[in-house]
Amino acid sequence: MKSVLTIYRKELADYFSSKKFLILLGLVYLTGLTSIYVSLQNIRAAAQSSTDAFVFLKLYTTAGDVLPSFLYFLSFFIPIIGIVFGFDAINSERNSKNLSRLLSQPIYRDSIINGKFLAGITTMSIIIGSIILIIAGIGLRIIGVPPSSEEILRIIIFIFICVCYGTFWMALSMLFSVIMDKTATSILTSIAIWIFFFFFVQIIANAVSNAIAPITDNATLATQIKNFNIDLAIKRISPAYLFTESITILLIPSGSQLFLRAVTTADISKMLLNPLSLGQSLIQVWPQTVAIIALAIICFAISYIVFIKQEIRST
Amino acid sequence: MDNYIISTKNLTKKYGSKVVVNNLNLNIAESQIYGLLGPNGAGKSTIILMMLGLTEPTSGEISVLGYNPTKEPLKIKRFTGYLPERVGFYEDMTAAQNLEYTALLNSIPEKEIPSKIDECLSIVGLEKEKNILVGKFSKGMKQRLGIADVLIKNPQLVIFDEPTEGLDVEVANQILETIANLNKDKKITFIISSHQLNLVQKICHKVGIMSKGKLIGEGNISELSKDMFGGNKYLIEVEIIGDVNKVAEKIKTINGVKEVSTTENAIHIGTDEDLRQDISKIITGTDGIILTKMDIKDFSLEDVYLNYFKEV
Repeated sequence: MKSVLTIYRKELADYFSSKKFLILLGLVYLTGLTSIYVSLQNIRAAAQSSTDAFVFLKLYTTAGDVLPSFLYFLSFFIPIIGIVFGFDAINSERNSKNLSRLLSQPIYRDSIINGKFLAGITTMSIIIGSIILIIAGIGLRIIGVPPSSEEILRIIIFIFICVCYGTFWMALSMLFSVIMDKTATSILTSIAIWIFFFFFVQIIANAVSNAIAPITDNATLATQIKNFNIDLAIKRISPAYLFTESITILLIPSGSQLFLRAVTTADISKMLLNPLSLGQSLIQVWPQTVAIIALAIICFAISYIVFIKQEIRST
Repeated sequence: MDNYIISTKNLTKKYGSKVVVNNLNLNIAESQIYGLLGPNGAGKSTIILMMLGLTEPTSGEISVLGYNPTKEPLKIKRFTGYLPERVGFYEDMTAAQNLEYTALLNSIPEKEIPSKIDECLSIVGLEKEKNILVGKFSKGMKQRLGIADVLIKNPQLVIFDEPTEGLDVEVANQILETIANLNKDKKITFIISSHQLNLVQKICHKVGIMSKGKLIGEGNISELSKDMFGGNKYLIEVEIIGDVNKVAEKIKTINGVKEVSTTENAIHIGTDEDLRQDISKIITGTDGIILTKMDIKDFSLEDVYLNYFKEV
């Protein structure tokens, strides 16, 4: 345990003093502050007259005419942050010939990967948590509406899900850093998978659902529902979609649950769209969150096993 | 296995069907400098990995400092320093910071670390470069820092994989001198895997020659040359025009000549001292004999090594 802590501290110090950390922090802060500027333009007036119980959460979800919401930015940046902290975790040590020297010290091999993993999660948590809290602070100052206790809880859970999602991407890129010798290959592979999940899964889902249950002018309700369900099932293979679903439901308690199932316009008109309670929101996002955590654990477990079994030579 | 710091018994390592180390029986005594020699692929690095518990033997036994590396690798690594062929350091950290990290990984109490770092850096002559980033170090300086890095844990055993590879002769000699001094002063056992036989010859008490995973020769240089060349220190080769056998008989009478053999026009004389003057006197004093060439050869580790591989 002591060796894990030693490696953890060293990695943490490396991350905080690295250029990649500063660049990522700057980028995330810049986009975060831009998006809050946009959202504040739109919600300041609404906050003073609105009866909406979750005005504070709108800081994160309100989009402008041109710029998307903070949620969108976050869903875009979290994978990048995760990949950046994981892609060279092991292969850079191997390439710099540090790994064989490290392994000749009286430490268990898993201390290295565990220390690096924990340091990565901590650094990610600081980046993600700090921008979310900065936005909350600025919002509080400008709109003058304090968050309710439920909103605070939702924000804490939101940070937790964001960190889990980032951990998945970090574990995935760390896996590539274990199995691939070159850092360039591991980062490119990680980015390719991210692009696939972020962009292509939606295109594939759309194409497949329209091929199986085409929506035409005279498509029946059953066909429309089938189309929706196929589209949703395919999209859900993507961790990016699971993440978007879970944080949307969590931060938009009123009506976002409708995205989860096929609902007709006629149905909506008959509904009283009361916001979901926190408990109900959690029930809705629980499967998505568990799936993201499970994916992170699977990726880390594979990299752990492969790393433990690898033979490390200095040449 | 108790009398040796390292002992192996029928140690075998296979990768699939390929046998990399084949029934190795090796015993290395305490406070020795042991040279592990052999061409690439001889199995030297695999033996080192097995000694450190970084790979498991397929069969056989191995004991390092009295521990089994497969079952108790941490106990071995606590007292064993390993300097790989291409040692790496964190280049954005200073020499002292790199050593501090190693010290922390070795659970050395934090209070003792600064003095330990100073001591180790002064042994390798890098005390002035303590606060310089390792990225600015030359290869020789990194190698010396590598020695300091293995010394930080007060090792009983140090394993060096090609410690002088790629270094100029002067730096290589400095490193060998440091190793020899550490062995003498601190009684540290060293295992040096190297191709640079002339350098190994300078400091090793004993060498083991590996080929295709087997130990094909072991001993000190005179023992090995005895096996190979009949125990003579020098070989004098004489080429003449005339009766070779007649001259050979006369040479045999010289005091100190141990062995004489002949070919068509050459005589090979094994001796423990340089007898070229006496031999030339006999040749020039013999009628009808013309001396055309005389060479003396001092057996080196390289001769032994090359002869082994000629035979293998």
